[in-house]
Amino acid sequence: MGTRRIALVGNPNSGKTTLFNAITGATQRVGNWPGVTVEKKEGSFTYEGNSYDVVDLPGIYSLGAFSEDEVVAMDYILTDDADVIINVIEASNIERNLYLTTQLLEMGKNIVIALNMVDEAQKRQIVFDVDAMSKALGVPVVATVANRNNGTSKVIAAAVAAIDGFTPYANPVTYSESVNHHMAHIAELISNCDLEYSTDWAALKVIEGDAHVTDLIKRTCSDGAVADEITKFLKYHQSDNFELEIVDSRYAYAQRIAKVAITRPQEQVRTITDKIDQIFINKFLGIPIFALIMLGVFQLTFAIGADLLGGWAAALVDWLGSLFESGLEAIHAPIWLTSFVIDGMFGGVGAVIEFVPLITVMYLLLSLLEDSGYMARAAYVWDNLMRRFGMQGKAFISMIIGFGCTVPGIMSTRTMDNKKDRMVTMLIAPFMSCGAKLPIYSVFIAAFFPRHGGLILFSLYAFGIIVALLMAKLFNKTLFKGESSYFIMELPPYRIPSVSSVLRNMWLNVSDFLKRAGTIIFLVITVMWLLAVLPGSADPYSQYSYLGRLGALLVPIFRHAGFGTWQESVALFAGIPAKEAVVGTLGMLYAGQYLEEGAILVTAVQQHFTQLTALAYMVMVLLYTPCIATLSTVGRETKSLRWPIAMAIYTFLIGWLAAVAVFQIGTLLGFV
Amino acid sequence: MNVQLTSLQRGETGKVTMIDAGKQATKRLYEIGFNTSASITVIKNDSGPVIVSINGNKVAVGRGLAHKVMLVRE
Repeated sequence: MGTRRIALVGNPNSGKTTLFNAITGATQRVGNWPGVTVEKKEGSFTYEGNSYDVVDLPGIYSLGAFSEDEVVAMDYILTDDADVIINVIEASNIERNLYLTTQLLEMGKNIVIALNMVDEAQKRQIVFDVDAMSKALGVPVVATVANRNNGTSKVIAAAVAAIDGFTPYANPVTYSESVNHHMAHIAELISNCDLEYSTDWAALKVIEGDAHVTDLIKRTCSDGAVADEITKFLKYHQSDNFELEIVDSRYAYAQRIAKVAITRPQEQVRTITDKIDQIFINKFLGIPIFALIMLGVFQLTFAIGADLLGGWAAALVDWLGSLFESGLEAIHAPIWLTSFVIDGMFGGVGAVIEFVPLITVMYLLLSLLEDSGYMARAAYVWDNLMRRFGMQGKAFISMIIGFGCTVPGIMSTRTMDNKKDRMVTMLIAPFMSCGAKLPIYSVFIAAFFPRHGGLILFSLYAFGIIVALLMAKLFNKTLFKGESSYFIMELPPYRIPSVSSVLRNMWLNVSDFLKRAGTIIFLVITVMWLLAVLPGSADPYSQYSYLGRLGALLVPIFRHAGFGTWQESVALFAGIPAKEAVVGTLGMLYAGQYLEEGAILVTAVQQHFTQLTALAYMVMVLLYTPCIATLSTVGRETKSLRWPIAMAIYTFLIGWLAAVAVFQIGTLLGFV
Repeated sequence: MNVQLTSLQRGETGKVTMIDAGKQATKRLYEIGFNTSASITVIKNDSGPVIVSINGNKVAVGRGLAHKVMLVRE
């Protein structure tokens, strides 16, 4: 007997991942908007001496497969047979959640139901009868509040018991006569096909017009006549709305169960959510409020992350640096080692580490926003404006996710039904400034705009959004013509963010930042340092080093943007593997070049840049070629090499053009 | 009488009778709760997507699509 497998299946935003984390002790990202999980996540736990594997699947409304995240869930449910499925149901939304349950019952799956977020439903004065629900469905039902860890051990016990106690049952849904008739016909047709699932169910999916399952059947059946017959059947019944009849039958069943399971109050209780929404998604106030929230995020990020805590982190790195320096002197370490440790590691990697407080605060605030339920509202208020640029509101969620990191922003496009929407959203994703660029802005802001940090940052992010929208419009007019897809989105209730999940999301990002500092950034800085001190015949950190010569090649490209020294050019080059390396490389080069102690980076930047060129440099950083991680994600998601290469080139051009425009126009207007 | 979802005012309730959109969009609407016989109450209908309540849960539907959802007033 191998390890038993448990799969978590449920609607988007029903709390699957929260339950997954509670069961397995994992720390997967959760949030309060539909579509946080788009990949299959695996974990495990031990119960009474046996170990069990758990799979968390993307949230789905139904077992169809229109979008990528649904394909992931559907494929798993179809092929990789879990021993038991924990179907997570949001208690206050029971009819719609039971629709998916109904589909699992149609397949004859072994399921246990976790009736989740019962606390919220109780607040809305919804009364449950868990036993009656279990009896009506014929499967175990456990009430849970996963985010407080209530009921999780009961769910585990029920799931484990169900693995061995499973008895097959018949499909409980009653279909219309015509559906039954055709189902029997198709079932007979495919009866010799040797399918991995029941022929009745397969027949139902064919009639429903499920392209995914129909293709599977056609491919599995060795008898070519079967495939032809199915094609003929579907063509003949094209205008019959079987799928809608089937959906109605499922809903009828779900509603019957819901009637037994819950009692709703006569009058809908007016919730806090309703009151907040009156203001937050108001026709006139919606977008200004969004802008205010983002401005607040940036102001707070600077006030706390830089002004309050930033100096402390810098002092710590400096102190450690001087400690190492005297230590190395004491043991008469060779010059190259001192140079590597002090200039490369403390000047370079240390310059990145100094920004941990800053990005911690930013990620904390973004996590709060994600957990509150505001994301779906942002998508709502932006839908109208997005339409003018050929996009829809859902794309805006991917864009905000990109403020944290572009990679999950791109991944989140998997929830989009429409291929065109998805491609365009991916292509504009790099213009949403990510957390890794924050240290770069921060250095330039400290050097030139110390009193307006939040405002400058806000303007940069806003400029990124504007460029993204304009590019979206351009792509829609040229490469991806055609309608943008419809907007359908659930607006989940606002929730007071749970401390543990906010801290967990924040830590996921911060630990990732630290990990990157220790791996890729360390690596890039080391390579840059080597290039800067070699060949031995040249002065280290001078224009005669390998790095200096490489930089000299790049200088002509950037001269029109106002930043004409080789250090600034190679730093941008170093930023392509990882954006933090821009600051790291500048820090390392300046640390090697200038011998004085203290806030070297900021003072050196003040000597090398002016207010105007600093602005042009920040605009370049905002828009130019995204990091390798982003490009490879685009490659993976589009399954091509063409798109990431095209993206690397076109974003570079846009960044360069914008930086040149800032510098040239600024010069004309008399700024320096 | 059948009316479009966009012609229901805030607070009005209707039952879905027909959805005249593309197959995929129709199915999506069905799955999220716009099945025939579901009771749908309009919460917000001024500009941008229409927000409705289905059993107390809010769903936003883009205006273009909302034009294609037909209901009878209740």
